[in-house]
Amino acid sequence: MIIIGERINGMFNDIKAAINNQDPTAVHEWAKKQKEGGARYLDINVGPGSSNPKEAMKFLIEATQEVSDLPLCLDSTNYDVVEEGLKVCKNPAMINSVPAEADKMDRVFTLAKEHDAEVIGLAKNQEGIPKDAESRMALAMELVATADAYGISADMLYVDPLVLPCNVAQDHGPEVFETLRQVKLVSDPPPKTVVGLSNISQGVKNRELINRTFAVMAMANGLDAAIADAADEELVAAVATARIILNMDIYCDSYVDVFKQQ
Amino acid sequence: MAVDILKEKHRSKVGEVVLGATSDQGGTRTHTVTIGGESTLPFLHFEGKMPNKPAVALEIWDTRPENWNPAFENYYGDVFDDPAAWAKKAVEEYGAELIMLRLASADPEDKNASAEECAENVKKVLGAVGVPLIVYGCGNNEKDNEVMPVVAEAAAGENLLLGVAEQENYKAVASACMAHQHNVIAQSPIDINICKQLNILIIEMSAALSNKIVIDPTVAALGYGIEYSYSIMERARLGALQGDKMLAMPMIGNIGMEVWKTKEANISEEEQPGWGETEGRGVNWETSTAMAYLQGGINMLVMRHPRSLKIVKEHIDELMKDNSY
Repeated sequence: MIIIGERINGMFNDIKAAINNQDPTAVHEWAKKQKEGGARYLDINVGPGSSNPKEAMKFLIEATQEVSDLPLCLDSTNYDVVEEGLKVCKNPAMINSVPAEADKMDRVFTLAKEHDAEVIGLAKNQEGIPKDAESRMALAMELVATADAYGISADMLYVDPLVLPCNVAQDHGPEVFETLRQVKLVSDPPPKTVVGLSNISQGVKNRELINRTFAVMAMANGLDAAIADAADEELVAAVATARIILNMDIYCDSYVDVFKQQ
Repeated sequence: MAVDILKEKHRSKVGEVVLGATSDQGGTRTHTVTIGGESTLPFLHFEGKMPNKPAVALEIWDTRPENWNPAFENYYGDVFDDPAAWAKKAVEEYGAELIMLRLASADPEDKNASAEECAENVKKVLGAVGVPLIVYGCGNNEKDNEVMPVVAEAAAGENLLLGVAEQENYKAVASACMAHQHNVIAQSPIDINICKQLNILIIEMSAALSNKIVIDPTVAALGYGIEYSYSIMERARLGALQGDKMLAMPMIGNIGMEVWKTKEANISEEEQPGWGETEGRGVNWETSTAMAYLQGGINMLVMRHPRSLKIVKEHIDELMKDNSY
C-alpha cells in the first residue's frame, strides 16, 4: 500500500494561515515530514471556505514543489480549481476525486486525459453511498467503463469504495473489504484501489489504533493506496510490516526504514 | 486478429557498477568494465534492456595453491609462483576480462604474509595487466581487516573491487573502499534478508558507496545446493526490478572456487571409470554451474579453468544476441 500524505490541507490551522499569509514555511515542513515518513504522493487540499481557492491551490502546489518532487494528489470537488492546479504540477498528478455521475466523469476524465493524470473514482452517485458491496461494485464498473471510453486505462484509476466511521456505520466495514476484493476482477489490468483512511475513525476514540488496524486489514484484501498521515509512525510501521507479511517487500532487519525511503 | 503479446513491464532496474579506472580517471587500467544496468530478467531482450553483458574473470592467487587439481599445472605450472606472470597469462593467453586476485598468502595458517607484502602483490598484478582487478582477502576476518586498508591505499585510483564485507564484519573493508574510492563486495551466506540488510548497513555508513556495491550472494556448485543460491539470486533480481533499491546491485559469484572443491570435479577416472575423463568433467561441472547462474541473473562470474572461461564467454555471446520482437 502506498501512502498519499494527507497533511497539506487548509482545514488545518497552520496550512490555512500559510495560505492567508502566503508564507510557505508550514507547507514546506509538512511536505518534507510526510515524505520522510514514507508518503509517495502528497494530497493537496485548500480546505473549506477559501476566498480564492484557485489561487490557494496554485500556492500550495508551488510551495510543495519547492521542497518535494513527489507526485501530487489534487483534492477538490471544484474542478476549476483542479484544472488550475494541474497546469502548475511538474509531475503527472492524481485527481481526487470523481463520483460515478456522468457530467462529473465527463469533466474529470477529459481533464485527466489532457494532463496524463490518475483519477480517484468514488463508489457513489447522486443517490449517495451504497451500503452493500454489490451496489458499490456496480458504481466501480461504471467508473472503469467510462474511464475506458475516455481512453484512460483502468490502472490509471483508483477506485475508492468509500469508508464510513466504524461507530456509526459498522456494517459497512465488511462490504468495503468485499468491494476491494471484487474490484480487482472487473478488468485486466484491474483498477487500483484507495481509501481515505481516517474516515474509519471519525468521531471515535483510539483513532490511530483503529486507522492502522483498518489499514492492514484492507491491505490483506488488496488495497493499493490510502490517503493517510505518513507522520503517524505506528501506522507506517504497521503498513511496512503488512507488506512483508503479504510478500510485497523482501524482509531485512531494517524493513521499516527501507519502506520509508523507497 | 493480431495477437497482442504480453510482455512483463518492470518499474525499475539493476544499478550499474564501473570497475577499474583509466589514466584520465586516475588509474592505470587500459579500459573499465561496467556490470549491471539491466531492466529485465536475464537475456529477455524483448522485455527490457541488458546494456552490459555479464563479465568473466579468472581466479589467480598471490601464492602457489597447493590443493588445486593437478590439471591446472598444465596451464599455470610455470607461473604459480609469480602472480604478475600468472595474471598476464590469464589475460593474454586465456582471455580473462578481469582478474580476481585472492590474497591467499595472507592466511595466518599459510604464509601469513604482511599487509605490505599483499599490497605489493596487488601492485605487481596491476603492473602486469590492463584489465580491472578484483581482490579477495584470505578469508580470515581479522587478518583481512589489517590487509584491506593497506591494499586499498596502495591501489588508490584504480577503482578496484575489494572484498569481502559481511554482516558481522563490514566496517573495515567498507571504510577502506570509501576512503580510497574502490568498490566493495557485500557477501551474505545464501540469505536474501542478510544480503539486503548488509547493503543497508554499508549505505548507512556511506551513501557514496550506494553505486559501488557488488553483491556476492555466495554460490554453491552444481549438486551442492545450486538451487538455493539460484533462487536467492532470482529473488534479488525480481526485487530490484520491482524497485527494491537495497537489492538492485550487480552480483558476483566465485564459480571456480566452489566447483573445484567438489568430488565430481576431482575424482580420477581410475576411481570412477563410468564418470569419464577427469579434467573435461571438471570443466563441464564448472561451465554448467556458471550457465545456471547466468540465468539466475549473475553479472560477474569468477572462473578457475581457462577452458571453462572460453566456453562460458561463447555462451554469453550467444545469449546476448538480440531476441527482441
